[in-house]
Amino acid sequence: MQGQELIDGLWVATVETFYMVGISVLIAVILGLPLGLLLVMLSPGNILDNPKLHKPLSAIVNTGRSFPFIILLVVLTPFTRLVVGTSIGSTAALVPLTLAAIPFFARLAETSILEVDKGLIEAAEAMGCNYWQIVLKVLVPEALPSIVLGVTILIVNLLSASAMAGAVGGGGLGNLAIQYGYQRFDVAVMFATIIVLIILVQLIQLFGDRISQSLRKK
Amino acid sequence: MITFTQDSVSSFFQTENETENAITFTDVRKVYQQGDHAIAALDGVTLQVKPGEIYGVLGQSGAGKSTLIRCVNQLEKPTSGSVQVNGQEMTRLSGKELRQSRQHIGMIFQHFNLLSCRTVAQDVAFPLEIIGYSKLQRKAKVEELLALVGLEGKANAYPAQLSGGQKQRVGIARALAGEPKVLLSDEATSALDPQTTRSILDLLRDLNRRMGLTILLITHEMGVVKYICDSVAILNAGRIVEQGPVSDLITKPESLLSQEFFPRRVQRQPRAGAVIATIAFDEALADEPIFSALTRHFDVNVSILSGSVEPVGDRRVGQFQIELVGERAADALKYLHELNYAVEVH
Ligand SMILES: Nc1ncnc2c1ncn2[C@@H]1O[C@H](COP(=O)(O)OP(=O)(O)O)[C@@H](O)[C@H]1O
Ligand SMILES: [Mg+2]
Repeated sequence: MQGQELIDGLWVATVETFYMVGISVLIAVILGLPLGLLLVMLSPGNILDNPKLHKPLSAIVNTGRSFPFIILLVVLTPFTRLVVGTSIGSTAALVPLTLAAIPFFARLAETSILEVDKGLIEAAEAMGCNYWQIVLKVLVPEALPSIVLGVTILIVNLLSASAMAGAVGGGGLGNLAIQYGYQRFDVAVMFATIIVLIILVQLIQLFGDRISQSLRKK
Repeated sequence: MITFTQDSVSSFFQTENETENAITFTDVRKVYQQGDHAIAALDGVTLQVKPGEIYGVLGQSGAGKSTLIRCVNQLEKPTSGSVQVNGQEMTRLSGKELRQSRQHIGMIFQHFNLLSCRTVAQDVAFPLEIIGYSKLQRKAKVEELLALVGLEGKANAYPAQLSGGQKQRVGIARALAGEPKVLLSDEATSALDPQTTRSILDLLRDLNRRMGLTILLITHEMGVVKYICDSVAILNAGRIVEQGPVSDLITKPESLLSQEFFPRRVQRQPRAGAVIATIAFDEALADEPIFSALTRHFDVNVSILSGSVEPVGDRRVGQFQIELVGERAADALKYLHELNYAVEVH
């Protein structure tokens, strides 16, 4: 690949990557954040303290995180077909990507929420807040700067995981690098892809840090 | 040991009191289960806080103070016993009723517990959001509250930009948002330097006087009790070992409070022919030239072994351990007792 062909190839791969990473990040945050909140609130000494629910939930999250992504990609094929109607292409890659991302982000969110000073929960309870108000007015806003950094880590991780989506014909930047650069020894493609990836990761981290910093009123 | 003290009449009437208490604890127990052994953080606590008073609970770390104050608004559910706030039985409340009741009990904390992502004004507005004030109502109320605690210029500051004293003022403004009759203070000045502590205590005293706010505060510092408390309970290992009006206790040489408060007494036998006694007095007698009077009238020599005169609130109290030498030493002590000094002979 050279010239315009290379540029077109990179463009298509970038769009595919954005598609896979974007949607899986979105779903992972929407589902992982409540999961993280639950993990914190159900934990011993916390406001919903309930070991009977906390232990299984934690075990499920751990199980979800135990699978190497490449195995998840293969094992989930029947499930993927069921959910999105196909087992190849970017959309098919979305399913395992998202399923891996949810428990990962749940743990990241849990860590962020655990950092919130317990005294704030005490103050909110003393004011007469209900659980929803504690979550929405205290836990989430106070943990937000840290949650944003978690999202940054999630995006970068998914960017790297999505490279393996090539195994199911998912395309994307990582796949381009592997197919052309590694398998066909097309060094130019490999370098170009890697440069795009480096720039992307730098930008994501930069924006993540900026947003987090502006949310942190310190 | 012989003891003469004025029997306080008020303590006799206390239990018969017709007026409703602001806070009443009746035989409150709180037991924490730690593995296979139980810790009684509160072991049968009974106390009454009268409306409009500042009631201090003094005790060392681990005595159960936080547990006690958290039982008032049921952040901690007592294992047994009754807790009433303005006549309402708190232990029976749950869910919405409990939350509504909490909205009108203020609480301030040692580490302020301000939301780092909210400005001062937004933080003070927080309880108002919970109570359900409209945005417009909140704005007016927040302004009023910030003026009350002397933070008019700081509405848009974040906690990270405030000093400890300012943070506690925000905490106080926030605690007063629900127009509480009762304010709970959990070591509110323990993280502050002495000067800031005094300014916060002055503010609390001022709010107490101007608004009739009842304050239950817990502290491990005698200085706080001395500075603003009307009544005090001394908590030790979950039990109240002494309680009463500060002015009564502090002028009783045998009380734990006065023993904590005044310089340590000398532990030795009187010299031959001498008597050692501890005398205590308050503002009414603080200006009396008592030692020279004893010398003149009873021909005794007086040595001061220990003691001091200290401000308590806006009054002074004094306690002196003295050694009297002379034939009429006993008469001299009797004379002191007749003048209303508390006298304890060792
Ligand atoms: N949640 C808890 N679980 C077990 N023990 C506790 C808990 N909270 C307090 N305690 C114990 O109860 C006692 C009193 O604690 P606390 O009320 O915090 O004392 P203070 O505020 O006077 O320092 C201590 O021995 C403490 O270890
Ligand atoms: Mg404490």
